[in-house]
Amino acid sequence: MTIAAPSPSGIAALVDDNLAPRGIFAVIFSFLRRQPVGAIGITLVLIFGLAGVFANWLAPYNPTSNDFSAMTEAPSWAHWLGTDQLGRDLFSRILFGARTAFIVGLTAAFVGGVTGLVLGVGSAYFGGPVDLWLQRVLDIVMAFPLIIMALVVVSIFGTGLQNVILAITIPLIPRCARVVRSSALAIREVPYVDAARALGFGHIRIILRHMVPNVMGPFLVIITAFVGQAILAEAALSYLGLGVQEPVPAWGLMLQGGAEEYATTAPWIAVFPGLAIMLTVFGINLFGDSLRDELDPKLRDR
Amino acid sequence: MYRYIIKRVLLVFPTLIGAATLVFIMMRLIPGDICLVRLGGGGTSFTAQALATCHAEIGINRPWVLQFLDFMWGLARLDLGNSMWSGKPVVMEIATRFPISLEIAIAATLISIAVAIPLGTISALKQNTWIDLAVRTFSIAGLATPSFWLGIMAILIVLDVTQAISGNPWMPPIDYVPLWQDPIRNLSIVMLPALTIGYRYAAVSMRMTRSAMLEVLREDYIRTARAKGLVRKLIINRHALKNAMLPVVTVIGIEFAFLMGGLVVTEQVFNINGVGRLMVLSVQNQDYTLTQALVMFVVTIVVMCNLVVDLLYAWLDPRIRLA
Amino acid sequence: MKAVLRAGTAVIAIMLAAAPAIAAETPKRGGTLTYMIPADSSPSFDGHREGTFATVHATAPFYSVLIRVDPENPSSTTDFVCDVCTELPKPTNEGRTYTFKLRDGIKYHDGSPLTSADVKASWEHIIFPPAGVLSPRQSYYLMVDRIEAPDPTTVVFRLKFATSAFLPALADPRTYLYQKANLDKDPRWYEKNILGSGPFKFVSYETGQAVNGVRNPDYYHKGLPYLDGFRAIYAEKQVTRIDAIRADRAATEFRGIPPASRDELKAALGDKLTVQLSDWNCGSFVEPNHKRKPFDDPRVRRALTLAIDRWGGVPPLSKVADVHTVGGIVFPGSPLAATKEELHKIAGFWPDIEKSRAEARRLLKEAGAEGLSFELVNRAVDQPYKYVGTWLIDEWSKVGLKVKMRTLSTGPWLAAARASDFEVFLGANCQAVTNPLMDIQRYLPGSVYAANYAQFEDPKQVALYDKMLHETDFTRQRALMREFEKHVIDTETHALWIVWWYRGIAHQSYMKGWKISSSHFLNQDLARVWLDK
Repeated sequence: MTIAAPSPSGIAALVDDNLAPRGIFAVIFSFLRRQPVGAIGITLVLIFGLAGVFANWLAPYNPTSNDFSAMTEAPSWAHWLGTDQLGRDLFSRILFGARTAFIVGLTAAFVGGVTGLVLGVGSAYFGGPVDLWLQRVLDIVMAFPLIIMALVVVSIFGTGLQNVILAITIPLIPRCARVVRSSALAIREVPYVDAARALGFGHIRIILRHMVPNVMGPFLVIITAFVGQAILAEAALSYLGLGVQEPVPAWGLMLQGGAEEYATTAPWIAVFPGLAIMLTVFGINLFGDSLRDELDPKLRDR
Repeated sequence: MYRYIIKRVLLVFPTLIGAATLVFIMMRLIPGDICLVRLGGGGTSFTAQALATCHAEIGINRPWVLQFLDFMWGLARLDLGNSMWSGKPVVMEIATRFPISLEIAIAATLISIAVAIPLGTISALKQNTWIDLAVRTFSIAGLATPSFWLGIMAILIVLDVTQAISGNPWMPPIDYVPLWQDPIRNLSIVMLPALTIGYRYAAVSMRMTRSAMLEVLREDYIRTARAKGLVRKLIINRHALKNAMLPVVTVIGIEFAFLMGGLVVTEQVFNINGVGRLMVLSVQNQDYTLTQALVMFVVTIVVMCNLVVDLLYAWLDPRIRLA
Repeated sequence: MKAVLRAGTAVIAIMLAAAPAIAAETPKRGGTLTYMIPADSSPSFDGHREGTFATVHATAPFYSVLIRVDPENPSSTTDFVCDVCTELPKPTNEGRTYTFKLRDGIKYHDGSPLTSADVKASWEHIIFPPAGVLSPRQSYYLMVDRIEAPDPTTVVFRLKFATSAFLPALADPRTYLYQKANLDKDPRWYEKNILGSGPFKFVSYETGQAVNGVRNPDYYHKGLPYLDGFRAIYAEKQVTRIDAIRADRAATEFRGIPPASRDELKAALGDKLTVQLSDWNCGSFVEPNHKRKPFDDPRVRRALTLAIDRWGGVPPLSKVADVHTVGGIVFPGSPLAATKEELHKIAGFWPDIEKSRAEARRLLKEAGAEGLSFELVNRAVDQPYKYVGTWLIDEWSKVGLKVKMRTLSTGPWLAAARASDFEVFLGANCQAVTNPLMDIQRYLPGSVYAANYAQFEDPKQVALYDKMLHETDFTRQRALMREFEKHVIDTETHALWIVWWYRGIAHQSYMKGWKISSSHFLNQDLARVWLDK
């Protein structure tokens, strides 16, 4: 994954003119106005996110109950997106699947991101042997391809939602820590941090007050990307048979059974969950891109 | 500078040793072992005595410490031992499967370069036009599509299209032939997986090319060149592209190392007997020696790529070099 | 229905294609068959040692065996014929001595003759393996006392007791006849080498990818094999295999593909594709862990099986999963299997599901286990494990049970079983030759049968089994089997028998002479397969 880190000056600008005096809605509004592509992205994400949140009310059927009188039915008024091989309503499963996807995506991204943030900033701030050793440990974890790491972790702990999240989170940590550290390293050299240190402020205070806000830009960009990556990783794990398990409605899982056996005879089983993944991750990436452009004034059209 | 280089090169070793330790421990934390998979995987029953015999044969009933020392000593001598599954040397198991994986990786890289650099450059030059938008959409979609899904669909489409055209469905061969034995057959195997992986790979590189180009185009010397009235094409070729290439090459390098991860899933889809499939297989079989060797193999590639990237950056950015 | 089940013809090999009957055609000689082995390459070539069918599909064409399931009628569960022997012996000495005469002129592929010493050495390698040699199916031959080779063409098996379980056990397709000289040199020589006397000679093994064989011109069954050779390609992913059959990258695979994929292929290929179907001597069972509360209570275990609507649920499930026939613990093709009327008397097989569910609810209430939540440990394999698991969870929810599924890949799944680290376990019982007395060993408590992890003791059940094993009169044996069945899956419900699997092979119609059987281990020497191209 590659995310260009915004320059420190860009972030400072963001922190100064975006977060401080104006209301949060004003910030969002101005962002949407300047980044119409990002607006499309966030709309897509919101559609699926809300679908997941309100799945209980929106879903016309129980997503896990089999109906043998309605197996592999094509889309119709009764079943808007058709039914799967066990007669379960695909529309309902996609709504509940959105919930699973966001739980996996957001939890993995947030936990992985925050852990990475702490390690990255800490590593940069303390430098010296702490930095050296921490970087070696992170290098080790990062050297494993994401899917292989996740495969091994799931094999150890077994499948199931929590374990899948864990398996996806672990390899995200060093990726975040690395990006955060490189931005933080640059900031550490900025005079005001030295000044704060000279004034005898505690480490925690300097880190929280001065360093963390200044790496927020790249941090936000990378955790946005993580949400999409986590959703895709869940799908890949499902494909290898080690993702979220039946009967929990999850897009990757739906793709696995559907894509494998019914791609020709009942294509809707395979197509709709695939589209759901694509659109959601697409939306997240659009938003992430715009966020990056927004936070890095060098990329802004002038 | 030299001190930094030496220091950085030496740091490769703790990473490798750490990775070796990590994979050693993680593999043994997986419940069950290779003997269970081997004896019971077919759904048939087996006796406790058979299990004990199998354990003794492979030597996984010995204390972990001894096994670990063996593994480390083996690594130090570059002797990775025999696969617990097949009993054949691990080096041979990997060597027979590496050529096809390497070929796909190279083909995917070529595809991605051929797509990413021109499209990324055009996208940057025409920033915020419909061309830019189309290219960005194309590239973001590449990042949003599960690659196995793309592979499955690609095969199906090829099957359906060929059946519609000729009446006989066609798909790539499912067994590998080396390039020098039968180039056409070989290329027809490599083509689809390379495209599938290449698309995602191109998407990443395209985004990098675009942002690097945008940044370079705003540098002072380009503005100067423009001000001097140099021809636009010349500016792009001589100055902008050349300077934007470094980060792009870096991304391509890093992604190449990560391709191994992408191959894990794609090789399954296309039934390619490569390193990625072997890795899934060895984890599932709980073949400790083979998994350890494969992970060390991939980790070494990744670590080496990182080393090169770091050295390049140090050479470019004195702040890091001196820090 | 009764007649169908009893006559052992429940194995209905249906030729769906409008292809002319096999018998009417004269086989053509020549050609190379390409097929897929639906697995990753097996650890070794040694059939005595390995458990997986991947070994059999790759190596069976290279070897002879002593006796086997009739290749002309492989779906029968009671027809056994000689391969290297001249005729099936009638036992003497009160059913305890079996004397086999060997054919003349059988040669190994290296030209050396096959003698009774080789047969004896091979069987001893399986039944009495030397220290350090792995032989996982030793327990099938618990009745064998010793093997003798009085002269070069005679082999004698002496048994400890007479039993009807001996001949079927002898017909196991993995009992390849090796050369004594090689076994003496190294008991593990056959793990990495292939040298047999079968219809095909070994050509090459492409690591992890394929096995190649060529016709053995000196094969002792005159006129066979028809093929010039074969190429077996390992292809683990199902979707790849379906596509490969469609594009004729391979003629078929011999394990079995699910219903939807068969339909898909049939739709795409029409007459070019032939489908053969059979009941499969594999099935899904569920075991509650007797040491975990409340599964120590037989009422709760019984409620679990009562809640499942097998008669109503299996037919639709069979449209998507590799399952088909509702039956008891004995393979439906066997004469020892329960008839439908007999099944109707067993819990979970009652004809009236509402009555059955009401009883399940009553039992749960009585045991104080209403609305019980538990975890079902399952294997992370689609067909049919996950389908069956998903279906069961829905069935159980209808009596108020809340069940979560935890699926594990093969190693951890087996480890969870062995450590009895489960509340309720979904497993499979899969056998090669139909040999009911051996196949149901797995219901015996762990102290007798080590691979039963449900953690219970039941001397009554063990005594019943022993009686049945030693019983040589069929009618009495069958009555004992009914008693045993009722005890295991109803009265005590030590295990729940769910459903028998179904095997469907879709192959290019040009492949002829191959007949489906009740197991993917059986009848894979390819000697009678020919190509109509």
